[in-house]
Amino acid sequence: MSSPSDTDVDDPTGSAPDDDWTYVFGEQGSLAPGESDLRPGADSCYKCSSCDTSCPVAEVDDSFPGPKFQGPEQWRLKRQGDEDIDPSVMECSNCMRCDSACPSGVPLSQMHNTARAEYVEEHVSKTSLKYWRNRVLSNYGLLARLGSKVPRLTNVVMGSRLTQLVNDRVFGITSEREFPEFAEQTFVEWWDERGGDEGSRRRARETRAERDDCEVDDEKRVAYFHGDYSNFNTPEVAQAMVRVFEQYGYEVAVPDQRCSGTPMFANGMLDDARRAAKFNVETFHALVEDGYDVVCSCTSCSMALRQEYPELFEFEGTETVSAHTYEALEYLRIHESVREDVADSAVEFPDLAYHAPCHARNQGLDRQAVELFGDLEGVAVDDVGDSCSGISGTYGWKSEKYDTSMAIGEEMFDHMESVEGETGMTECPTCAMQMEHGTGYEIRHPLELLDAALVD
Amino acid sequence: MAIEDDVLVVGGGLAGVTAALAAADTGVRVRLVSHKESTLRQASGVVDALGALDGTLVSDPYEAVERLSDGHPYRTLGADALRSGFDLFDGTVTGYEGSHTDANALVPTHGGTVKPTARYPESVAPGLASDDRPMLLVGFETLPDFDAPRAAAHLERVGVPFAVHGVTLDFPGNLRADAAVTRYADLLDEAVPVDGGRVDARTALVERVKSHLSGAERVGFPALLGHEAHDEVRAELSQRLGADAFEVPMGPPSLPGTRLADQLYAAMDDAGVGIETGNPVVDVTTDGERVTEVTVERTHTAVPYAAEQYVLATGGLVGKGIASNRESVRERVFDCHVPHPADRYDWSVEGAYGDHAFARFGVRIDADGRPLDASEDVEYENLRAAGGVVGGADVAAEKSASGVSLATGFTAGRLAGEEVS
Repeated sequence: MSSPSDTDVDDPTGSAPDDDWTYVFGEQGSLAPGESDLRPGADSCYKCSSCDTSCPVAEVDDSFPGPKFQGPEQWRLKRQGDEDIDPSVMECSNCMRCDSACPSGVPLSQMHNTARAEYVEEHVSKTSLKYWRNRVLSNYGLLARLGSKVPRLTNVVMGSRLTQLVNDRVFGITSEREFPEFAEQTFVEWWDERGGDEGSRRRARETRAERDDCEVDDEKRVAYFHGDYSNFNTPEVAQAMVRVFEQYGYEVAVPDQRCSGTPMFANGMLDDARRAAKFNVETFHALVEDGYDVVCSCTSCSMALRQEYPELFEFEGTETVSAHTYEALEYLRIHESVREDVADSAVEFPDLAYHAPCHARNQGLDRQAVELFGDLEGVAVDDVGDSCSGISGTYGWKSEKYDTSMAIGEEMFDHMESVEGETGMTECPTCAMQMEHGTGYEIRHPLELLDAALVD
Repeated sequence: MAIEDDVLVVGGGLAGVTAALAAADTGVRVRLVSHKESTLRQASGVVDALGALDGTLVSDPYEAVERLSDGHPYRTLGADALRSGFDLFDGTVTGYEGSHTDANALVPTHGGTVKPTARYPESVAPGLASDDRPMLLVGFETLPDFDAPRAAAHLERVGVPFAVHGVTLDFPGNLRADAAVTRYADLLDEAVPVDGGRVDARTALVERVKSHLSGAERVGFPALLGHEAHDEVRAELSQRLGADAFEVPMGPPSLPGTRLADQLYAAMDDAGVGIETGNPVVDVTTDGERVTEVTVERTHTAVPYAAEQYVLATGGLVGKGIASNRESVRERVFDCHVPHPADRYDWSVEGAYGDHAFARFGVRIDADGRPLDASEDVEYENLRAAGGVVGGADVAAEKSASGVSLATGFTAGRLAGEEVS
């Protein structure tokens, strides 16, 4: 697992300088022959290979040794000899499907995350283009912050064929994909213009006074983790989330935040992830202490806050934030009569081909949108099956991974085309990119549909 | 607030699915929550009822129910419950055989033994041991789980009424050792070009097997003959080999088990059952008499679920519905009473196949499927149990795991649904 490389073992709260952390996936040769290996989880693997059959990468690439090898087998090998982390760990797309396939509770994705971090730390040159390509991709939010200052110019430059070719040839970012456009106005700009947290508090009080199912002084508060993508690229999703929650009488807070860390985990950039996570945990922990629950509109963001943070970090409040984080639709299903409200509504909306992101699947959320909207008049929502979209965040953006990514996605494209709707729907922004790329469909978010159904 | 339904089923294996379908059939709103992907994916896909009693093969499971000991779920619920469970299964699933008779069929296993069973996939049917046509078993170098020559020798030793021989070949397509079974199936499904593009995988497989037929009229392969297109793959192999191709059920991860899971989950979708997998039920709230709510730990976040009726179908010791430590044995979710000897040295006896107490560990139920406490009173009015979590049956020795799931699942689901409606 993770361990500090120097002497700050007694201080696991995260106050040690970030750069002093090294993620070690099993000390080499630390296990004498015959000695039992008591890493939580490694011993629970009885090699049934269910994880391997659930792995979308192994399904299309026979040379990829699969999650069983990447996790428990590699752990055992390394602990008993002088084996190094196998480079194939970089082929893992971090879809985390293996976690829910394992009948034995082996923390596979956590093992992969630490193994990948160690591999990048020990074996990838910090001066190589690939390292910097991965680092830039996984720090998308920093780029987006710059690009969105001049959205039109950025869109023209990033959309140009020349830029795409240079990206592909020099940096290894595929030219097959269209770079996502920046919105003219970010979500946060919209939010500030709308009066920010204070404005939301006022509107929520007004709504609560009008609603029969709550009182004006009820403490209905959510802190919104919007993530970079809905801020810079799809503010319409974030705006829908705000309108729906305010409609139910919630005060929404939108604190400063950084990337959830999802692309950093997937690229083995755990130091970057750690810095981002520390900022987010501190910010959201303070809000949770004030009675807020954390709500996400992206299922990879909620996955990071809920599962990866407590598995990889130990900042003060990490567990508390994890225990109070929800996906937006999930939150309403628990706390509001959203099911009945949707059943009583009708919308004019194009029929939808819904794809459940792998990270939604891991949180048990893969069926909720189809179940909820099954009762909604005016729109047909078809589940396109349990296939993986194949893009897995930054994975499908890499030139050398593009073909694998599209091979994985092929089944989903076929399924999308076989259902009635010619508009797609998903919670994950990069799944949406892949769905659009493979079918040409426009892709919507369940919160947009909920907004259309419920908000006056 | 909580996520509310009429009936909440905890567990996504055969018992949980059966309970959910039986409850939905009464017209109520049902939800099934399962910690992991369905354990049906690990199962062989063969569905047994009662295969052996006191070490002797059982020919008719229904007739043998009376000979079971007290406390066995078949005795508690009656042979009719078993029959109703199989009726539900037959009405839900296609591509299975065995419903034409009460008698057990004999299915050869990948270890070369013969398993008495009540239902079996069509892909397995040509391999039955009651058939006297000569048989070839084909294994593959890269798939050590099925040693065909050894399995053939075992079958001969148990005295099957046909000639059988086994051969180990290279599977077309140069798969690496330890490749997932789905890789093999995909090559056949899609008839992928192999051998440098010379032929497709199905043709190559036929070419390799053909010279080893020596008069065999049926050919058994490990259960990987296609996934999406398995009927088509099998038909083509049979036709081109001039012998019936069939599958020998395998251990996990199992394609016949996965195909069965897919069918049953699709049936739940059609019946309007809400399904959520990936997270465990970790806590319950009761008012002493009734269960009022359960807590699902969804990736570290506690999410409340409420229903009028609950079905517990979390599995036994292996499935982790029953837990033990050095002091005691307990049921994990509702903490129902699990009878067991006080001294843990009495939990097992000498010999791998001895009459172990642990093999029967589980909650005891009344005739309505409700778990009983230590004084034989119902634990909770609105809780029923089904499948491996129910004790009193040594399902491994009896070969009755599926039948117990069907009988208890049907009873629990049907009665839970009826109480609501």
